[in-house]
Amino acid sequence: MSQIIAKNFNLYYNNFHALKDINVTINEHMITAMIGPSGCGKSSFLRAINRINDTIEGVTTTGQINVLGQDIYNKKVNINALRRNVGMVFQRPNPFPISIYENVAFGLRVNRILTKKNMIDIIVEKSLRDVLLWKDLKDKLKKSALNLTLEQQQRLCIARVLAVEPHIILLDESCSSLDPVAVQRIEELMLKLKDQYTIVMVTHNMQQAARISHDTIFMLSGNLVEFNTTKNIFSKPIKRETQDYISGKYG
Amino acid sequence: MRKIIDSLTEKIIFICGMLSIVFVILIFSFLFKEGFSFFKHFGCIKFVFGTLWYPTSEPAQFGILPLIIGSFLVTLGACIVAIPIGIMTALYISEIAPKYLRDILKFLVELIATIPSVVIGFVGMIFFVPVVKLVFKVPTGLTAFSGAIMLAFMAIPTIVTISEDAIHSVPCHYREGALALGATKWQTIRRVVLKAAMPGIIAAVMLAIGRVVGETMAVMMITGNAASIPHSVFSPVRTMTATIAAEMGETVRGSMHYQALFAIGLVLFVITFIINFIADLLLETKRK
Repeated sequence: MSQIIAKNFNLYYNNFHALKDINVTINEHMITAMIGPSGCGKSSFLRAINRINDTIEGVTTTGQINVLGQDIYNKKVNINALRRNVGMVFQRPNPFPISIYENVAFGLRVNRILTKKNMIDIIVEKSLRDVLLWKDLKDKLKKSALNLTLEQQQRLCIARVLAVEPHIILLDESCSSLDPVAVQRIEELMLKLKDQYTIVMVTHNMQQAARISHDTIFMLSGNLVEFNTTKNIFSKPIKRETQDYISGKYG
Repeated sequence: MRKIIDSLTEKIIFICGMLSIVFVILIFSFLFKEGFSFFKHFGCIKFVFGTLWYPTSEPAQFGILPLIIGSFLVTLGACIVAIPIGIMTALYISEIAPKYLRDILKFLVELIATIPSVVIGFVGMIFFVPVVKLVFKVPTGLTAFSGAIMLAFMAIPTIVTISEDAIHSVPCHYREGALALGATKWQTIRRVVLKAAMPGIIAAVMLAIGRVVGETMAVMMITGNAASIPHSVFSPVRTMTATIAAEMGETVRGSMHYQALFAIGLVLFVITFIINFIADLLLETKRK
């Protein structure tokens, strides 16, 4: 029951060794949180899972990451299909400068999943309902997505990912630019989504990890220090570094 | 002391800002003063839609329709050539080219922009015009087509540099967002990057059109300067700008002919104003 398996995975930005020999197995249909101080490599690891790191010049990797049964760093892998199956929500809401409707339909169109307008209409509505935006936005679908509030924009970005029906959703500190009330509502949304999707989230907010994740990965300077259930990590961490981090000694 | 400098700086900046507005108003009122009296004597419709331009015969004819069509043909031709090439070059430079090539290309394009228009006209006259004559089997190579191609060369650097800036400044998170949804590089460029950069690209195109409409030297040397309505793009034409430049030296100050040239200037001013206005309108609707 595992969907993401990293085996001796290393990642370099030119000469900088950002991820060191990562071995981890992330489970299906639950929320796994990655925590650690800034620069520990948690975002790099997350961004390796859908290979969005490839867009940065000078990135090289060794080892494997298996996603949904295939080694995604194999040369034969279809990266576009991989990214369709592994959706990502970014730190800052990044709706495209097009209409709300077209934002949600974007993944359907570029992946040629659906071409008939009435079919796309159905998925757009369903995705917006899933993120609880439909009621507010159903009359404004043709309006630019850039006029929405930050929270709405981030929900829209989640809807956009849901529309292509991925198996895995990666969240890269996706709540960090939102206010506390919005954060709470997005967390509720994530708890609702975890039954259908495998969610991996990077967060700098330890309380958030404690609140909603089932498993937690703790990383430090490119190493995966500890991986356990969230309950264990926060109540009886095995490693000294984990203990120090969650008790606030550094980070 | 610091307070004095502060308020002084503020005043200087204010004056500079005001000056540019004052200059525009002065230029316009000067054009208007000379041009308006011409309109009063000759008639606006007869001027704009008249098909004969014989400013020195008796009675003199001041119909600028051939000149407007000449300017229009040359501008349109230059745009058809320059806009696709310019935008694609900008896309290549900012999205696809490897870094070392990017710097070389940018440098070369900026170099083209610094070539004086008289040199472009000269090169076109010596090398391009005979080719046009030979290839299209026309009696003279001095045609609207030749002018349009040479002007396209002058418009391309403007389009490339400004659209490249616009494309380059599209935030990275748009690209990442599109790629993360499974879009290919080309889909990302076409559906997101170009859309996000569109206001800048439109501005680039409008600036280029402005430059082409107002260009004088090169068109005067290459388009043949025949003030008659052209039958095709391979006929000689004369533009409004070339007319002003060629005839201003020969007119008597204050004469009808002299005022007619100012009236042409006024028409040019109105045309460029309309182009800018349309551009603003387009940008405004895009934002909504």
